[in-house]
Amino acid sequence: MRTVVIIGAGPAGLAAALAARVGGASVVLLDSSDALGGQFWRHLPDTRPSRSEKYLHHGWAKFQTLSTSLESDSGVRIIRGAQVWAIDTINGVRVHAIIGESDGTQREHETFVPDALILATGAHDRTLPFPGWDLPGVFTGGAAQALAKGERLAVGQRVLVAGAGPFLLPVAQSLVRAGSNVVAVLEANRFSHIVRGWSPKPWQLLGAAGKGGELAGYVAGQLRHRIPYRMGHAVIAAHGTDRVDSVTIARLNADWQPIVGTDTTVHVDAVCVSHGFTPRIELAIAAGCGLTPEKFVAVDHRQLTSVEGVYAAGEVTGIGGVDLAMAEGEIAGYWAAQSSADQSVAALDSALDTAAAHETSGAKDAPASALRRRTVFAGFARRIEAAHGIRPSWTGWLSDETVICRCEEVTLGAIRTAAKRTESESLRSLKLSTRAGLGICQGRMCGRSVEQILCSFAPEGALRDDASTDNRPIALPLRLGELASRLHHTMQGKEHHD
Amino acid sequence: MGARMLPAGADPIRPLETTAVTITVDGETVTGITGQSIAGIVMACDQLELRRTASADRPRGVFCGIGVCFDCLIEVNGVQDVRACQRKARDGDAVVTGGKPSAHGGAE
Repeated sequence: MRTVVIIGAGPAGLAAALAARVGGASVVLLDSSDALGGQFWRHLPDTRPSRSEKYLHHGWAKFQTLSTSLESDSGVRIIRGAQVWAIDTINGVRVHAIIGESDGTQREHETFVPDALILATGAHDRTLPFPGWDLPGVFTGGAAQALAKGERLAVGQRVLVAGAGPFLLPVAQSLVRAGSNVVAVLEANRFSHIVRGWSPKPWQLLGAAGKGGELAGYVAGQLRHRIPYRMGHAVIAAHGTDRVDSVTIARLNADWQPIVGTDTTVHVDAVCVSHGFTPRIELAIAAGCGLTPEKFVAVDHRQLTSVEGVYAAGEVTGIGGVDLAMAEGEIAGYWAAQSSADQSVAALDSALDTAAAHETSGAKDAPASALRRRTVFAGFARRIEAAHGIRPSWTGWLSDETVICRCEEVTLGAIRTAAKRTESESLRSLKLSTRAGLGICQGRMCGRSVEQILCSFAPEGALRDDASTDNRPIALPLRLGELASRLHHTMQGKEHHD
Repeated sequence: MGARMLPAGADPIRPLETTAVTITVDGETVTGITGQSIAGIVMACDQLELRRTASADRPRGVFCGIGVCFDCLIEVNGVQDVRACQRKARDGDAVVTGGKPSAHGGAE
């Protein structure tokens, strides 16, 4: 029987697991947390039951059906607390995981050698730097949601939500439902820009009515709680000694340059800021998968990456929301379950694109409903980027004292000075001379912002080297003792082949 | 004011019975709900600061909440560099933060 290993148990990974099982493969489902559902269905632990948790979630029934079916299936091995720290391709694709309590010392090593691998590693919030963004009380939208949905904790009593994108609305809703008073939601993009991004060929959105319904629910909630939604506004600074006590907000022009004279101070005890998402692509890069120009994992119509036997689904291939992620997962699972011989027949059919060929070979494309949903919701993803994408002049709210790299506490001034002194337009050398992006988060928080800032200094607006802050051969910090035990383990030849 | 748990009685999801988990935070005994992260239990006391930075001595707390930013590092049972947002609290855990305790003083 073929074994399909899936990394990530969010909507894409769960849909992929089910489809791979339907296709007859055995499945190993790895997730770093101790629960299924990923960030989208982040929920209370089993030790905190309730009568109507569905009130906090979109598509909760779908999640329960999926997770119950996978948990009761002996052909699915679900491994929680599994941190995949490396993928190597020295001898086929091998997935190295460390399993156990988060950041613990007694974790187990396990290496998987799957017939097919599906990367469903998702995305995390992207928050652009601003003065004071390192103060306690400044959170990403994802943090506010995780604590509200996963713990029933409100990160503050008077909370401002700011940034860009439709995700700000469910963040505000989660906060209200955890007991916060949300004073406003600020969207950086202006009304005219958002309308232009959303409206070309609006009929294409008809098929995405379910998504419209989800958004409509958030908007209705917002109206019910009378939360102001202000477009063309941003948080440009947070203030406080040891924690946030106020923020400065300002109007932005269409390119996100703050407009002089529009500053206002708002008193808050927490602020949640997100400007979009960064896909978690380091494992895909480690596996050798090619990327798109926008730095997502490139896939074909089967969700196959540029590497034989490695598929990708969900936010790693583009930010499109839960419905697109699940459609992609289902398609990836379908193909991953098939042997390469079956696949080449199907690929030939697809190339010939004749119904007759399908009938004679017996090979089929992925389920029609998943293919249709993928087409519809991919249009939705393009609109999100067009309407809510990051605009270049956000650097206008930075000062030389603003911390850009949180881990190494590197300021904009330090980066500017190093760039000038070394006359360098190379990301690699600037990282080494300033340490920006070299801290413990491995550039996850600041990497893409550092790249943009350096590009803005370069005369041609581009860097000379092709270095990227997305390469992380060791995908998470390991303790030295754990690496040593790993070596010992390997030398004793105890490697586990699944 | 500040961060706090939504009281079970006010929660629209109508929570059922839970059990308590007790840990120490910088020597003070603090009680949370079994299944909570250490970050959640500390923040429920409205303590947002979890450590100070090495070079500029700046306060830091939970930022990303999903284990990516490594800003919420604390010490648990003598082991350093544990992400408070990712680690589930267990009875008796001895947590040492590098931050200042809440001005509002301890657990409720």
